[in-house]
Amino acid sequence: MGVILDKLPGVCGVLPGGAGVLARTDDMINWARKSSLWPMTFGLACCAIEMMGAYAARFDFDRMGVIPRPSPRQADLIIIAGTVVKKMADPIIQVYKQMPEPRFVISYGSCSNCGGPYYDSYSVVKGVDKIIPVDIYVAGCPPRPEALQFGLLQLQKKIERMSIARGAGATLPQEKGARDSAVKP
Amino acid sequence: MSSTQPLPHGLKSDQLFVNLGPQHPSTHGVLRVGLTIEGEIVVKAVPDVGYLHRGTEKLAELRGYPQCVVISDRWDYLSAMNNNLMFCLAAEKLLKVEVPERAQHLRVVMCELNRIASHLLFFGTYGIDLGAFTAFLHAFREREMVLDLFEMSCGARLTYNYIRLGGVMKDVDAAWLAKCREFIEFFKPRLKEYDDLLSFNPIFLDRTKGVGRISAKQAVAWALSGPNLRGSGVSYDARKFEPYCGYEKYDFEVPVGKDGDCWDRYYCRVLEMHQSVRIIEAALGMMAEGPVMGKGVAKVPKPPPGEAYAHVEGARGDLGCHLVADGNASPYRMHIRAPSFINLAILQEMLVGERMSDVIAILGSIDIVLGEVDR
Ligand code: SF4
Repeated sequence: MGVILDKLPGVCGVLPGGAGVLARTDDMINWARKSSLWPMTFGLACCAIEMMGAYAARFDFDRMGVIPRPSPRQADLIIIAGTVVKKMADPIIQVYKQMPEPRFVISYGSCSNCGGPYYDSYSVVKGVDKIIPVDIYVAGCPPRPEALQFGLLQLQKKIERMSIARGAGATLPQEKGARDSAVKP
Repeated sequence: MSSTQPLPHGLKSDQLFVNLGPQHPSTHGVLRVGLTIEGEIVVKAVPDVGYLHRGTEKLAELRGYPQCVVISDRWDYLSAMNNNLMFCLAAEKLLKVEVPERAQHLRVVMCELNRIASHLLFFGTYGIDLGAFTAFLHAFREREMVLDLFEMSCGARLTYNYIRLGGVMKDVDAAWLAKCREFIEFFKPRLKEYDDLLSFNPIFLDRTKGVGRISAKQAVAWALSGPNLRGSGVSYDARKFEPYCGYEKYDFEVPVGKDGDCWDRYYCRVLEMHQSVRIIEAALGMMAEGPVMGKGVAKVPKPPPGEAYAHVEGARGDLGCHLVADGNASPYRMHIRAPSFINLAILQEMLVGERMSDVIAILGSIDIVLGEVDR
């Protein structure tokens, strides 16, 4: 209880007698969602090495509740780290669809943002947002792990603004890439 | 055929097709292996590459020579310095520039540091593949220190573009040299720690000893190189065999294995880290003041028509670059001899007859980097 009251100041109200807590459903759900973002371990290219660095000792993403999961079924965040080539586009869409909703996407690195150094290559998809909706773009070639950390914090902020009434976690708007309709302006 | 469909195969009723990858945490990237198993035994393995084919050999024909160094970083992104060096050596042969003494030493130091970083990553991830997570955290602690050194010298942690045509990008200062020596002193006792932690761990030994044997004859027939070849007992190292960058001046050994099993390949890499430390120490000692950039390299170099081949001992094997120049500012053709790609080919023979549970141990011990396999 103490933890909840600390983390959600102004949201929880202790009922007289200390027997329960009052909070807005949205706030509770969003708080839980944003504090346990489980990314899928999905490395595509060089950027994935920096992503691994982010999970390891120095940057230690565990402390933000970010624990890599090897299976899409257990993950709610996919970090597209690396070059998306045309042959890989199909599996990426498939893996994305296998994740339970609500699912979030971070595009990590110039390659998955826009093609990066391979902007004129014949085999590279110029931006992963051409195939799946993206929430956060992290720029760099490769971006530093701190940049990923910042991206995650931004995603948490975005999740904080999600609302069930606006269809947070609904299938259709997400599939169309209109994730923002679920987020309050 | 869509890429998510199974590979063409003729299955018998009692056989099972298992699809490994392209999204699998232990394939270290986006490799797909189509495995046909009978009970626990693999009867057929078909590696399917190309999930990271970025077309860099073609792109090189559109880029100038200095820009090619940039894309060379991204082939084997775990040992980018060796890639830089390989391309620069080939291009320098065409341009006929002399590299100053200090730059040679710096190149060697950087390449060996990069080899350490690369082998550390192998050490960590191989542990994870076999269920030992702690090794990963230890390896990354030291790896971050190497990356800090790189960051001090060129500002990048992974894609350096430090070794340039004619020399290196920038000289290092006294603070860097002191920090490098500090790292070496810190690192030496850690090597012993790795042995205690993983190398002679009984569970690890059980998982790797006698698994995935490659005989010396087989290794040579499949043109393996690097620790995969040396693990089988063949002592071939480009640094000894055809020294470049003044490697002949350093005193180091080429560690070889005996049985050619997963453990031997693994341990070759650990021993190579010892040797890298030796080389770095020697190179730091020999370094004298001087310029770090050769004379006569134009901003837009246009080498005369001709061909050149240069190879270096990368972290994964014999890394070669064949350049054809036609007098223009970009290469007419660039071909990479990618050791990962060639090492990967033996999987189709090696995995047959092994147990399903050993597949990951074998795959990990080959230590491929998909950026280099697919280019
Ligand atoms: S953005 Fe740069 S570092 Fe990242 S995958 Fe692309 S080329 Fe590699």
